[in-house]
Amino acid sequence: MRISYREAMRQALHDALTSDPRVFLMGEDVGRYGGTYAVSKGFYDEFGPERIRDTPLSELGFVGAGIGAALGGMRPIVEVMTVNFSLLALDQIVNSAALLRHMSGGQVSVPLVIRMATGAGRQLAAQHSHSLENWYAHIPGIRVLAPATIADARGMLAPALADPDPVVIFEHAQLYNMEDELPDDSNEEPNEDWRCDIERAAIRRPGSQVSVITYGGSLPKALEAAAELARDGIDVEVVDLRVLRPLDTETIAESVSRTHRALIVDEGWRSGSLAGEVMARIVEHCFYDLDAPPVRVCSEEVPIPYAKHMEEAALPQPAKIVAAVREMLNV
Amino acid sequence: MNTTRHKAQAGTAPSARPFAHRLLADMLRIRRMEEKCAELYGAQKIRGFLHLYIGEEACATGAMHALDADDNVVATYREHGHALLRGVPMDAIMAEMFGKAAGCSRGRGGSMHLFDTARRFYGGNAIVGGGLPLAVGLALADRMQGIRRVTACFFGEGAVAEGAFHEGMNLAALWRLPVLFLCENNLYAMGTALDRSESQTELCVKAASYKVPTLKVDGMDVLAVHEATRRAAQQVREEGGPFFVEFRTFRFRAHSMFDPELYRDKAEVEEWKKRGPIHSFSAQLKAAGELSEDGFLELDAEAEAEVAAAVAFAEAAAWEPVEDLLRDVTTPGVQR
Repeated sequence: MRISYREAMRQALHDALTSDPRVFLMGEDVGRYGGTYAVSKGFYDEFGPERIRDTPLSELGFVGAGIGAALGGMRPIVEVMTVNFSLLALDQIVNSAALLRHMSGGQVSVPLVIRMATGAGRQLAAQHSHSLENWYAHIPGIRVLAPATIADARGMLAPALADPDPVVIFEHAQLYNMEDELPDDSNEEPNEDWRCDIERAAIRRPGSQVSVITYGGSLPKALEAAAELARDGIDVEVVDLRVLRPLDTETIAESVSRTHRALIVDEGWRSGSLAGEVMARIVEHCFYDLDAPPVRVCSEEVPIPYAKHMEEAALPQPAKIVAAVREMLNV
Repeated sequence: MNTTRHKAQAGTAPSARPFAHRLLADMLRIRRMEEKCAELYGAQKIRGFLHLYIGEEACATGAMHALDADDNVVATYREHGHALLRGVPMDAIMAEMFGKAAGCSRGRGGSMHLFDTARRFYGGNAIVGGGLPLAVGLALADRMQGIRRVTACFFGEGAVAEGAFHEGMNLAALWRLPVLFLCENNLYAMGTALDRSESQTELCVKAASYKVPTLKVDGMDVLAVHEATRRAAQQVREEGGPFFVEFRTFRFRAHSMFDPELYRDKAEVEEWKKRGPIHSFSAQLKAAGELSEDGFLELDAEAEAEVAAAVAFAEAAAWEPVEDLLRDVTTPGVQR
C-alpha cells in the first residue's frame, strides 16, 4: 500500500483513538478545521468534540491541561501546531511534564504525547521555520522522536502512547506529502504490524565509506545525496537517529567505527546543535577509529529568510551534503 | 470559666473534637511546624528555598476542611500547610525538608515540591501560575472519565499576572470543568505590591471576566474561609463549572529566608499581625466560652509534640544512596 506520511500519521492516530478510550486529541484546529496539516481530518465527526478537542490559542494552558489530564488517568495527545508555538508552552513541558516524576520522588508519571510540526523549507520566514528539536532533546525526563519515514509515522505513536513518560514527536512539515510503500496489515490487532521501537537509530542505507547521520526532514536530503554519490562510486551509509532523546550512541558508534568517517546533517543551527552532541559522542566513543575529523552540515547561523533562494542557502541541501562528503574523502 | 469542660481533650481523637478546635489545632500544627522549620533553617538542617506560610494559616485550614478526601489538590511552593492538612504525615514533610529518602518526595523535591498522590496532593509547584493548567487538566480527566470530584488549585495573587492564570481560567470556564480556584492574596508577589503590578487589583473582576463565579473573603478568618470554600466547592460539585475564591491574607514573615523585606513597612506587618488568624480565632472562641486557656495550651503542646517527633524522625532518617542518583527521571523497566 502506497501512502503519504500524513496518511500514515492519520491512521496511527485513528488506531490510537479506536483502541483506547483514554486517548484523546487536543490542540488548535484539530477538530472542525481537521488539523492544520489535515492529519486529523474527519476525526471530529467520527469521535466527537470531547475526544477531538479544539482549544483556544493557549499553548501554555492546553499543554498544561494535557499534563494534568495525563496525571488524572487519560492518555492525551496534544498537538501543538508547530514547534514555533511550542515556545509558548515551554514552561509546562520543561518545568512540569519533564520534572514531575522526579520532583515527586517517582510517585507520578506523565503519560502524555505532544506532537508538533517542525522545520523550514516552505518560505514561511523566520518565525515559522524553526528546528528546535535539540532544545527538547536537552531535557532529562522526556523522550524525543523524529519520525522521518512512512513506517515510523505509522508505527511510533502506539509505543509513544504506551510510554508512561512524556514523549515529544516532531513531524517535519516537509515530510507530510512524502509517499512510500507500507506493508499491508496482516495482523488482526490494530497497529501490531507497524508498531516499531522508540529506542534505536536505524541504518536507512548501508554503506562503507562515510556515515551520514541525520534525522527528520534532513533524512530524504541525505538519501538523495547518497544516491548521487553512489553514481560516482562513493558508498555512503545513512543513519537515521529516529530517537533524539535518549540518543542511540551504540548504533552511531557501530556505524562510524566501520566507516571511519562521520558527517552529521542537522537542520538546527550549528551552535549548540544536536549535531554537536552527536559529534561529541563520536569523538568520545570512536576517536581512534576515525580517519578524518567529523564534519557537520547544519543550518547557517541566520534566521530563516523568506526569499526562496536565501532560504535554500540557509538550510542543509543534498548538494551541500555531497560536497562535504567529497571533501572528506578528497574525491 | 470551667476549664475542664473546655479542655481540648488532647487524649481524644482529633475527629471527635469540636470543629472549631480542630481548625485551631490545625492552624497551630502548621504554625509550630514552620516556626521549627525556620529554626532548622538557621541551623542549616533545611537548605535551599524555604517559603513560610506564617500568618496565612487560616486559608489552608479553612479550605482543606471544606474539601473531600477524594478531591484533587494542586498547590504552590508555599505549601507546607496544605500538604500537612491534606494528610501528608508531618514526619514525611519534615524528612523531605531535610532532603532525606523518607521524605514525601524521597528528598528529590524539598520544601517547594511536596507530593503525595495517595492523598491526591499533586504538589508544590515552584513556577508561579504553573499549577493552574495542571488543575484544569486533572479536572478534564475527571470529567472525561465520569468521576465526580473537585480539583482545588491554590495560588497566590502574583499568579494572576501570568498567562497561565488567564489561559487556565478561560479553559476551565469554556469547558465547564470542576476546578476550585483558591487565590491566597497576601498582597505581595515576593517584593512587589499588588497595586504596583496590576492595573486591576480586584482579582474577582478578572475571574468574572471569564464568567467564573467569585467570592472574596477575609483570609485571616478561618471560619469565613471555610464557609466560602464550602459554598464554592458545593457549587462546583453541583454545577460542574469552576469557581474562584479570593482570600485576603498576609504573610508575617519574609518571602523566603533570603528576603530582607525592604519593600514593606514594619508598621504594615504589625498591623496585620494584630489580626493573626490563630490568636484572633482563639480569642473569639474564648470570648464565646468555647475554649479555655488550658484548652489552647493543650492543643499547642500537642502540636509541639508532633513537631518534635517529626524532627526526630527526619534527623534519624537515612540519606538516599548516591548510587540512586539517576532514578525517577523516567519510568524504569518499561518495554517501549
